[in-house]
Amino acid sequence: MHGLINRAIERFVRDTYGREVWGGVMRGAGLEYTEFEAMLSYEDDITHRVLHALAANLDRPLPDVLEDVGTYLVSHPNVEALRRLLRFGGPTFTEFLHSLDDLPARARLAVADLRLPELELREHGAEFYSVSCRGDMAGFGHVVVGLLRALADDYGALALLEHKGVRDGAEMIEVRLLSAEHASGRAFDLAARSM
Amino acid sequence: MSNGSIPPPQPGADRALAAMMDVLCPMHIVLSGTGHITHAGPTLFKLFEGTVLIGARFAELFEVKRPRGDGSMIALMAAAGGKMYLRIRDGARTDLKGVLVPLPPGWAPEGGALINLSFGISVVTAVRDFGLTGTDFAATDLAVEMLYLVEAKTAAMEASRKLNLRLQGAMIAAEEQAYTDTLTGLRNRRALDFVLARLAEAEQDFALIHIDLDFFKAVNDSGGHAAGDHVLREVARIMVEETRSGDTVARVGGDEFVLVLERLIDPGRVHDIAARLIARLSQPIDYAGLTCHISASAGSVLSCDYTRPDLGRMMHEADTALYTAKHRGRGRHVPFAADLEMPDLMPKTQRDPPDAEGGKLNTKA
Repeated sequence: MHGLINRAIERFVRDTYGREVWGGVMRGAGLEYTEFEAMLSYEDDITHRVLHALAANLDRPLPDVLEDVGTYLVSHPNVEALRRLLRFGGPTFTEFLHSLDDLPARARLAVADLRLPELELREHGAEFYSVSCRGDMAGFGHVVVGLLRALADDYGALALLEHKGVRDGAEMIEVRLLSAEHASGRAFDLAARSM
Repeated sequence: MSNGSIPPPQPGADRALAAMMDVLCPMHIVLSGTGHITHAGPTLFKLFEGTVLIGARFAELFEVKRPRGDGSMIALMAAAGGKMYLRIRDGARTDLKGVLVPLPPGWAPEGGALINLSFGISVVTAVRDFGLTGTDFAATDLAVEMLYLVEAKTAAMEASRKLNLRLQGAMIAAEEQAYTDTLTGLRNRRALDFVLARLAEAEQDFALIHIDLDFFKAVNDSGGHAAGDHVLREVARIMVEETRSGDTVARVGGDEFVLVLERLIDPGRVHDIAARLIARLSQPIDYAGLTCHISASAGSVLSCDYTRPDLGRMMHEADTALYTAKHRGRGRHVPFAADLEMPDLMPKTQRDPPDAEGGKLNTKA
């Protein structure tokens, strides 16, 4: 697994529950270090162990935890850079949804060895979509649910999201757009502040 | 079309074309036959906020950097079809790329031209300077993807840079550890080899003093290893105190040390330093109610005594001098001289000094 994924989980736990909890999770996963390096690769099994140790530590179902990770990635100021990169997907939430198919390719453009699950958007009606998520990271669909829910907020759209389980080997997510411009979202300036 | 003749447009077609161009090329300009702007795409109004755009002469707002010309309509028309390098004359002086095509005959304005502009590589600063958004670019324009890429790569590079810093820190620590004798904190044999190689390469003169403790085995035997370790640490401290910060003090064996004193060519000074060191090392050292008595023997060589310093030979001759010091009764310093006997030429039994400090490392004996 790419270090960025493990690092994201780590940041989520540290920023949400504190370093004590994170230390406990890593010990629970049987690991002797406490920090993931974003630019290194790790065995897939390590991510698996960390996530299960995390769910056990928080005493919550893993899907709920994964959804929170997705929400965190868009909404926490410590990972603002990622939110910005996601917002390049389009000026409205609807356009962002349509750019989802490109998301793994966009990720690869930034970090060549980062492999994300394939995402595919299907439009069933004007305000009714489904997103399929296919890859070897089981449960990633739950992260996508949290991510899309937070992004809808970010764009100022009102959307209902639901994980519909696995169908034909892909996780299915249902997106119902109640209002594309429900509230004024957070601003997105094309120009990065630091540049 | 056989010979490029285009049928005259329907009335109002120029306005319809301009409206289409606003969508396809939001940074296009229509020039009149005299080189004045008659129409501009919506994004250009953002770039020239507060400036009257329509009716202005193109050459007054834009400097044509290449191809060089006087900015007249004739010069502009001569550049038709090729890449133009432009710069906005006022404000942020943004660089632009452009391409011009003449309007076909019969199209208004008569004898005019159409220029499409783009930011090229300056897009990153331009979006900031002009507060541009995604909708200021044509839907097919790659500008937003380029901005994404710049930002994504910057973030990835930053993550890599942090990793490099951490790895560098770990590498320095590992190297430091590899060059340090962990008991005394002095340099080790590996570090000594490195320092000597560097000095030889730089043709830098130095003095090399090989020191061996006397009666150290007795400390280990009577006080145990803890006492021995304590004495070694005290010896190390004294050696560091008696040398300059640029000198190298290395522990190269159990109770063997090598001092490398840079830029020293005076045998008298080397002897002073060695004698002072031996005097201090001969002072009793207390450890846990025990008083440890040791001393030290030393042999030295000077690189300036060799026409071409050979490190192996220098080490060997310093050993010879050290051996001689041991033989002459220990607790003294002997500089190497050509008439000293080489230990290698003597039988093994004679080479071992009679103080029976068993377990010695064999570089000297």
